[in-house]
Amino acid sequence: MSGQLTEQQREILWQLLEKGLPLVPQPYAELARQAGCSEQQTLEQAQAWQEQGLFRRFGIVVKHRALGINANCMLVLDIPDGQVDMIGEILASSPGVNLCYQRPRRSNWPYNLFCMVHGRCREAVTRHVARLLAQHDLAQRPHHLLFSTRAFKQRGARYSMPEVGND
Amino acid sequence: MDSLTKRLLDSFQHGVPICARPYQAIADKLDCTEQDILERLQQLDELGALSRVGPVMEHSKAGSSSLVALAVPRDDLEQVATYINSLPEVNHNYEREHDYNLWFVLTGPSRTHLDAVLLDIHQHTGLEPLDLPMVKPYRIDLGFPMFADSEVPE
Repeated sequence: MSGQLTEQQREILWQLLEKGLPLVPQPYAELARQAGCSEQQTLEQAQAWQEQGLFRRFGIVVKHRALGINANCMLVLDIPDGQVDMIGEILASSPGVNLCYQRPRRSNWPYNLFCMVHGRCREAVTRHVARLLAQHDLAQRPHHLLFSTRAFKQRGARYSMPEVGND
Repeated sequence: MDSLTKRLLDSFQHGVPICARPYQAIADKLDCTEQDILERLQQLDELGALSRVGPVMEHSKAGSSSLVALAVPRDDLEQVATYINSLPEVNHNYEREHDYNLWFVLTGPSRTHLDAVLLDIHQHTGLEPLDLPMVKPYRIDLGFPMFADSEVPE
């Protein structure tokens, strides 16, 4: 089978991919069976989506808590607008920081820089963050550590297939 | 957990090739068999440690998303969290230590869609959502090494 997938097949394929590849030697052949197309078409479509930049990463997605990564801290800082890019870049490349984003301030929320730090226990993460802040002369800047105390829900984002995927 | 599993997790949270035999491609890199890789992934799945092998979608291109927080009165937290969990647009719903004590990510096909969900949340809970869409990423989620040369604070 060759040629274009129908819109419905693309939609099915997108939803199947979001749930992840089956753990069999030829996972795309299995997805193709479910979407009613060929393995080759499935591969080409997934590669096209990747080239369009729709996948941030493609790999193993773990559930950290099951692997003993129990402490999850959101470090938030209030950094002047003129410095936030520089400090954001520094923190982003620091060990232990696995997400670093700028977000907007709000009237009742002064913090504009967000980092996620995961670790095996709370004490270790607290020490690690303190070292990180001291090292980059940030300890005196307004900041706050928000540890998560309960996960009510943890799953991958689900989107319907975006327009850009229909090329 | 054996050393192959650790190497697998450290090396392939991103960069799994999109090809007909992806597990064989991983095996070639880690100097083992395809069956070894499939077995390790099965074991992780049975441990509850595997979400999936596949793409993490790019928010800015695959739709719209925002980090949202609510300041929920202590006694209402369970009830509000259950309601938030029931929304299909929600993932990663956490309790955190702050007046804003419930934090979740909303994703949807468009910003207009998210605005409607935020309005629903406001009307249903009587709480004003703190809506913090990303302005700029400095580091996006590529997973992180957990074992060898670990970046994880012990």
